Amino acid sequence: MSTKAFRPDVDAPKYKGGYSPYDILKEGTIAICVVLALTLVLAILFGSPDEHAITIKTWSNAAPIDFATTAASELDGSSVTGSYGAPYNTASSGQQMGPLQIEKWVGVRIPINTVNDFVVDPLKSLPNEPTLDQNLATWSAASAATRSAWLKNFTNAEPKMTFSAGNLVTTASAAGPVPVMIESLTKMAQSGALDQALVTGSGFYTTDFTKPLLFISDGAYLSDLASKQHLTGDQWGMMNETGSYPGQAWLWLYSFWYQIPPFNTSANADILILGIMAVLSLGLLFLPFIPGLRSVPRKTKVYRLIWREHYQNTEKV
Amino acid sequence: MGWLSSLAALFPLDNLGHYFHWHFILISRANLIVIILMVVTFLSALFLPFPGRRSRKENQ
Amino acid sequence: MSTSEIDRQWTTRLRKRVEGKLPPEKMLPDTQPTYVASWIYVFGVATLSSLIVVIGTGCILALRGPYWWHGSAYGHFVNSLHLWSVELFFFTMVVHLWGKFFMAAWRGGRSLTWMTGCVTFFASIGAGFTGYVSQTNFDSQWISTQAKDGINSGGVGAYFNPLNLGQMLMWHIVLLPLAAVVLTGLHVLMVRVKGVVPPFDKDAEVGE
Repeated sequence: MSTKAFRPDVDAPKYKGGYSPYDILKEGTIAICVVLALTLVLAILFGSPDEHAITIKTWSNAAPIDFATTAASELDGSSVTGSYGAPYNTASSGQQMGPLQIEKWVGVRIPINTVNDFVVDPLKSLPNEPTLDQNLATWSAASAATRSAWLKNFTNAEPKMTFSAGNLVTTASAAGPVPVMIESLTKMAQSGALDQALVTGSGFYTTDFTKPLLFISDGAYLSDLASKQHLTGDQWGMMNETGSYPGQAWLWLYSFWYQIPPFNTSANADILILGIMAVLSLGLLFLPFIPGLRSVPRKTKVYRLIWREHYQNTEKV
Repeated sequence: MGWLSSLAALFPLDNLGHYFHWHFILISRANLIVIILMVVTFLSALFLPFPGRRSRKENQ
Repeated sequence: MSTSEIDRQWTTRLRKRVEGKLPPEKMLPDTQPTYVASWIYVFGVATLSSLIVVIGTGCILALRGPYWWHGSAYGHFVNSLHLWSVELFFFTMVVHLWGKFFMAAWRGGRSLTWMTGCVTFFASIGAGFTGYVSQTNFDSQWISTQAKDGINSGGVGAYFNPLNLGQMLMWHIVLLPLAAVVLTGLHVLMVRVKGVVPPFDKDAEVGE
């Protein structure tokens, strides 16, 4: 009868040694008590962070110009969301990894039209606004080319835009209904009504904050706050937490790739890094089957520290 | 309900964190402490003697 | 009923299979090999204990809903317990992973033990992520709007939307804890069935 050759990195030797008493339930109980005690001590000492959520209301009151310029970019579809592509719209083909355009292939599943969803429809919901209604009618009746020209004139004047005595002041001319629409949306935002309009658009009960979150993230206000807390992608932000709290140190490798070329300047960074991490994760998962890698423990001999008592007893014999 | 205030953190970590910057590496003090603690814990687990040696020797 | 009919029953066959693979003395042993003599071995049970505290504190948070902790000192304290037990969970799990790697703990038919451990690790990262975006604060807003780009790039964002609080919360409190508990359970059962991996032996010629 032939016997398979013993493979030291795959097979385990037959243990012929002794056994000592072991109280598994006592060990488990002690472990739970120790972990509970540590948790209590850490919670009492350090608490946990709770930076308040920002609303469109807080954003538009704190940074009305940033809000207004973002609103204009939603209206002309040039915002990050407006030009995102799948799963929100078809404005771009999205990220790709070689020939793989997975984002595009999956398609639009969470349709967002920033022009209507973020600007026109919320404005239409405001009651008793005859001047606004007239401007909205002008907008609806205009051709795409005309709207484009209005928006171009408005955005060209943005560097000189100011906010004074509760009003948006623009020097834009030949911008059609756009200045009134943007100012009305800013006032709507500052009252808190836009937060509600974006969330309850699909009914009374909702737990889906896709629209307000996309709108907020299109502006600079949220990312400015995040940057102060070292949370942005180029600050290893994925690993970090607000304040001085520890974050997610276990995401160090995922975060690492975003800091180095070519990923730190690539438009396809997300899918490329997702691909790398998927391969590395599969490598970790299937480590027992990968020759070379599975030999590292035996070759580095760290095990001699772990089992030193066993080797002292058996190698003496 | 004054005792509830004792549940608040003794040393809340809400102030902006301190970050160490070395070339492209940027790490928070808190995360660095956690990582150092993990390595120290691992090395301690390897090197610290485990109790019950006599009992195990008797059962060898 | 004849004996052979009883033996053919699903219940009988499963019971005999379980009894064979995991008799009571293996499930709840009272001895262990003398080579289990290192502090590195405590990190498995420490990870399991941390998971129990994570779930327990999560259950208390669930009693009063996802917004409770913002306005209640007691709720904020429970949230702190939940955060720190999660930090301890990942801390002990990674030290456990390092230990098991250097022991090459997959040897002797234990590759499934290694793999269930890895999948539990990945599921835990998912559970942590969905937890962060369920906090209903600035952190949730930032993390969800950033993570959506990575998730969307893989085509998954169309079905797993980090900006949808309801979905993320339900993944966090139902689906992922279930996955973590089932995977951890399988992982621990496998350790009980196969036993703790023996030390390397340079003279070994025959395996288990």
